Amino acid sequence: MSKSSLKQSLKDLNTKKISIRELNQDYLKRIKEKNNLNVFIHFSEENVLKQIDNLEKDNSAKKLKGIPIAIKDLFCTKSMPTTAASKILENFNPTYESFVTQKLLDEGSIFVGKTNLDEFAMGSATNTSFFGNTINPLSKENEPLAPGGSSGGSAAAVAADLCLGATGTDTGGSIRQPASFCGVVGIKPTYGLCSRWGIAAFASSLDQAGIFSHNVEDASILLQSIAGFDQRDSTSAKVDIPNYFENLDDDLNGKTVGIPKEYSIDGTPLEISQIWEDAIKVLEKKGVKIKNISLPHTKYALPTYYIIAPAEASSNLARYDGVKYGFRSDEIDSLDEMYENTRAQGFGREVKRRILIGTYVLSAGYYDAYYLKAQKVRKLIADDFNKAFKECDFIVTPTAPSAAFPLNEKQNDPIKMYLNDVFTVPASLAGLPGISIPFGIDKNNLPLGIQILGKHFDEQQVFNAAVSLERSYE
Amino acid sequence: MNNLIKGEKHDWEMVIGLEIHAQVKSNSKLFSSSSTKFGSSPNSQVSLVDAAMPGMLPVINKYCVEQAIKTGVGLNAKINNYSVFDRKNYFYADLPQGYQISQYKYPIVGEGKVTIDFKDGISKDIRIVRLHLEQDAGKSLHDQNPSKTYVDLNRSGVALMEIVSEPDIRTADEAGMYISKIRSILMYLDTCDGNMQEGSLRADVNISVRKPGDEYGTRCEIKNLNSIKFIKQAINYEAKRQIEILESGGSIEQNTMLFNTSTGKTRPMRNKEEAHDYRYFPDPDLLPLEISKEEIGKIKSSIPELPDELKNKFIETYKLSNYDASVLTAEKQTSDYFNETINSDPELKNHAKIVVNWITSELFSLLNKNNQDLNNSPVSPENLGQLIKLISTNEISGKIAKDVLEDMFSSGKTARQIVDEKGLQQVTDQGEIAKVIDEVIAENPKMVEQYLAGKDKLLGFFVGQAMKLTKGKANPKMLNDILKQKLNKKN
Repeated sequence: MSKSSLKQSLKDLNTKKISIRELNQDYLKRIKEKNNLNVFIHFSEENVLKQIDNLEKDNSAKKLKGIPIAIKDLFCTKSMPTTAASKILENFNPTYESFVTQKLLDEGSIFVGKTNLDEFAMGSATNTSFFGNTINPLSKENEPLAPGGSSGGSAAAVAADLCLGATGTDTGGSIRQPASFCGVVGIKPTYGLCSRWGIAAFASSLDQAGIFSHNVEDASILLQSIAGFDQRDSTSAKVDIPNYFENLDDDLNGKTVGIPKEYSIDGTPLEISQIWEDAIKVLEKKGVKIKNISLPHTKYALPTYYIIAPAEASSNLARYDGVKYGFRSDEIDSLDEMYENTRAQGFGREVKRRILIGTYVLSAGYYDAYYLKAQKVRKLIADDFNKAFKECDFIVTPTAPSAAFPLNEKQNDPIKMYLNDVFTVPASLAGLPGISIPFGIDKNNLPLGIQILGKHFDEQQVFNAAVSLERSYE
Repeated sequence: MNNLIKGEKHDWEMVIGLEIHAQVKSNSKLFSSSSTKFGSSPNSQVSLVDAAMPGMLPVINKYCVEQAIKTGVGLNAKINNYSVFDRKNYFYADLPQGYQISQYKYPIVGEGKVTIDFKDGISKDIRIVRLHLEQDAGKSLHDQNPSKTYVDLNRSGVALMEIVSEPDIRTADEAGMYISKIRSILMYLDTCDGNMQEGSLRADVNISVRKPGDEYGTRCEIKNLNSIKFIKQAINYEAKRQIEILESGGSIEQNTMLFNTSTGKTRPMRNKEEAHDYRYFPDPDLLPLEISKEEIGKIKSSIPELPDELKNKFIETYKLSNYDASVLTAEKQTSDYFNETINSDPELKNHAKIVVNWITSELFSLLNKNNQDLNNSPVSPENLGQLIKLISTNEISGKIAKDVLEDMFSSGKTARQIVDEKGLQQVTDQGEIAKVIDEVIAENPKMVEQYLAGKDKLLGFFVGQAMKLTKGKANPKMLNDILKQKLNKKN
C-alpha cells in the first residue's frame, strides 16, 4: 500500500470517505506493529482514543481535524510526559503546552505519541537517547541503520508511516539530516518563524522547530500551522505567514539557483555528488539559471557551531540541577554533591561532553579565543549567504555527506559524528530556512537528500523549488 | 576636614566604593508577569519562567526598563541607547535557571554622579560608574528544618538595579550619606521603595586602606549589607582590621567578606582563588535593548523634582540654610509634609524656619518616641500649620505649644480645639499680667531685696513664679518687660 498523504487524508475526511476513527485506527495498528523500531518514547493507545472521542464530539471545522501527528519529545505537552530523551527529565509532566503543539491541537490534529531523539537533541543518530536507539525503518533485517538525528524518532515515524506528519527541531541539521536518512521531507524554517516557547532548549540562538512529512505539499500545510509570532519568545519574528500550500508554484522558469563550490568536499560519496548534479540538471531543464557561488567561510562553520551550540547548551542545561523537578540523585550529603551526582547520573555521555566543551569555551581566559571569535565567524558566514542571495533566489546542496549509516558505527567517534552536520550547519548559523527532500538512492538503495536553502522568511521559494524537484523526481 | 584614621605608626585613609542593589518598584518581575509583592506565602508568586521550567523564555518587562532609565536620569547619568543582557552562570539552590540574567559589557546606564552635603555646608560629588538591570535570586531557608534547606522563589526574577560607584568615598559617614542620598533619589523618582529592612535596598562595600597619597591598596568586598548602621559598622571594623594587618607587616588578601551583625565583625567568605568564573555571555533568549532618543526624552520629561532641585528651591524661596533644606529634602515624605504645612496658611511662608523646626525637631521626636512614620503621622500638615500659626500670632507660647502638640498627637484633635477647650490662650492683657506680678513681688520680699542688691539672676525666679500663677499662659515678653519695670521702680 502506498502511503497516504496528509493532503489526501484531509480530502477523504472532508468527503466522509473515511472517519477520524478509521484513519487513526489504521495508524495505531501500524504503530503497534512497528514497536521494534523504538520510534516513540511515549505512546499510549488510550490517550489517542481519548483524543478521537473528543474530536468526534467537536462539530467545529478545523484545518487538521483528525490528522495523526507525532511530536518530538523535546516539545512540552500537557497530555503526555516530556523527557528530552534524558534520564534527568524521566517522568516529567509539564503543566503547559508548547506554542507549536498548542497550534497543532488548536487545528484539531491528534498526537499519536512523543518521538525519540538524541538526548536534549545532541547527536546525529538518535543513539544518545536514555530510552535507547531508534532504528531506521529502511534498515534491512539484522542490519539496523541509524535514522539520523537528533529528530530521528520523528523522521522514522513518518518514514514508517506511523503518522501523517511530525514535528522536529533543528539546531544544526537535526531535521534535515534525519529526513535525508529516512527518505522523507524535512523543513527547518527561518530562525524566529516558529516560537521556541515550550521547547526544551539546546542552543537558543539556533534551535528552531520544523516539520517532517511524506511530501512537500504536506510540509507546506503543516508549517503554516505551526508558524507565527509569539510574544512569549523575544526572538520570535513578527512576520505574516503566507498560505504556503495555496501559493505553491513549481514553475521555476527565470529563477536563479546558487551552487556553492565549498560544498564539494573531499570524501563525499560519488552518489551524493551525482544526485546533486542530477538536481542541477533538472532545474536547468526547468529554465532555472545556474549560478556558481562562493560561501568562503563554509569550512569554519562546523567548528564555529561546535563552540556556540555547546556554550549555549552548557548554560541552558544548568537548570537541570535536581532542585525543582526531574531526576535527583539519592546520594546527597551536601548541595554540591546533589548537583554533582544528579547531573553525573542524570545526563548521558554526549550531553556531558557538550556541557564540558561549552563551559570551557566560556571560561575566563578562553572566552575571546573561542566564543567571541566564533560569534565573529558566525557573522561572516551569515554575510556570505547575504552576498550570495543577491545573485540567486535559492541554493541547492546535498543534505548530508552520507546515506544512513549502521546504528553503532560512529558511536565512539564524536568528531566523525559531528561531520554529519557539515552541509546543514552553515544555514543554521545564518538562521536561514532549509528543506531536505529525498532525491535519489545510493548503491544500497538507501535514500539520499537534497537540501534547498532560501532567504530569510522566504520559505515559499524553498517550498516552490522543493515541490518542483519532487514532482520531476516522481 | 580630616578623614584620616590614626594608626599605631601613621595615618591611614579609607578608599570605599559601593555597589547598591535596589529593587525596582514594579508590580511584576523583570522577565515574567509574576507579582513582586513582599511577604507573601512562600512560592506563591512563581511563574513557569521564574521556576526555570524546560522551554520557558524570558520576556523583558518594559516598565522596569523605564524605571532604570528614570533612575539613570536622576543620577545625572548617561543613558545608553544600546544595552545587552548577559547570563551570569553559577549554581545555587535558589537560582533556578543556573544563571542570573544581568548586564555585563553593555549596561543600560553609564557614568553619572550624586552630591552629598555635610553639616558644615560643604558638598562632595560621588561619581557613578554604571547602573545595570539584573534579576534577583530566590531565598534559601536554612532554619525551617534541622537537616534540610527549603527554597522560596517569590523573589526569583524580581528586577534589581545595581548602582556601582567609583571609589570616591573616604569615610564610613560618607558611605552612609551616599547611600542615604541614593535612597532619597530613588524614592523621589518612585523607582524603588527604599525599604532596607525588607531588602529592597542593600549594598556590597568595597574597601581598602592606604597611606594618604599612595596608590590604592588591596581591597576586600563586604557582601549584602542591608542597613546604613551596619554599613558604617562594617566599614569601620574592616578598615581597622586591614590597618592592623598592614601595620604588623602583613598584606591584605583580596577576599569577599561577610559581616556578622551580632558581633559587628567581618569574616572571609571566599578568597580570590575561590572566586567564581561566571562565564558571562550574551543571553541568546533576549534581543539587545535599543532605546531611542525620543523614548529617553519622554521619560526625562516625566521626572519629578529631585531632592537637589527642591533643596535649592527651598533655600531660595524660604531663605533656609543649606543644611535645613537638605534635611527637609532628604526624604520625599519630609519635603512633601513641609510643602503641605507651609502651604496650609499664607501667613506661614514668613515663618519657614519655625515650620522646619517644628517638623524636624518636635514632630520627629514625637514620631520617634512612638515608633511612627511621618507618612502616617497622627498630626496632619494642616493641623501642624494651625499650631504654628497660633504661635506666630502670639495666641499661645512656644512652651505651651509643645504640650498642645503632644495632645494633638495622642488625641487627634486640632490645635484650636485643644487651646479652646483648655483655655490655653496666652494672657496678653497688661493689667492682668501686672496684677500677677504684684502678687509675686508682694509674696517674696526677701527675694526682691536680694535682687535689688544686685542678684540679677533672680529675675528668672520671678518669671517662673508668675508663669506658675498664669499656668504658663502669660506672654513671656510682656511678662518680662512688666516685671523689670516694676522691680526697677522699687529701686
